[in-house]
Amino acid sequence: MDDLYRAIADPTRRAILDELVDRDGQSLFEICARLTMKHDIGSSRQAISQHLEVLETAGLIQVKREGRYKFHWFHGEPLEAITKRWPTSVNRSEKS
Amino acid sequence: MRINLSSVAVDDQEKGFRFYTEVLGFQKKHDIPMGKHRWITLVSAEDPDGTELCLEPDEHPAVQQFKSALIEDGIPFTSFAVQDVAAEHKRLESLGVRFTQPPVDYGTVTAAVFDDTCGNLIQIAQGTMEP
Repeated sequence: MDDLYRAIADPTRRAILDELVDRDGQSLFEICARLTMKHDIGSSRQAISQHLEVLETAGLIQVKREGRYKFHWFHGEPLEAITKRWPTSVNRSEKS
Repeated sequence: MRINLSSVAVDDQEKGFRFYTEVLGFQKKHDIPMGKHRWITLVSAEDPDGTELCLEPDEHPAVQQFKSALIEDGIPFTSFAVQDVAAEHKRLESLGVRFTQPPVDYGTVTAAVFDDTCGNLIQIAQGTMEP
């Protein structure tokens, strides 16, 4: 769980997840371009790669190879653990 | 000094010639036999006296490594200007071209990235980087 909280504690990593929700299955190039052009985040490609590793370790993204390409996919399932631990009004009423 | 030539390294010159002319629509400017290779340059029909694109063989092992690394990360080797990225994306996809990035609107620029079938990713873009 610590991996999950650490992963979403960083604004750049949250922006990466936002962009993958906008369009899933992006190359490293597309992620970097979106961060630079849409979020004004000028981090190096290496820095973004490290952010992606943190997100992958937390299970929030999946990296899949397709032939010679490598794409990043959003994987939101681990986030369910948060509302399971601290139920929102929505999923509290679902239980009752 | 002026820039008259730009080049892209292709894994097969004939295949590259066909893709860049028949699919992308560039025109032949030069095609001169050079030993086992050819000196091939292309121009845009919109600018026949403009910068030429040379289709170079990618035989050097370092070039192949470089190309593979770029492809893996989705990085285009070069970029061409188009009037309408969405229309060009649709046209090329209907011809079987594989896009690794569909048109993405960055605000002042819209860009897409496709595979040139010769070991490179190429970007097409409309708009300008200037705000």
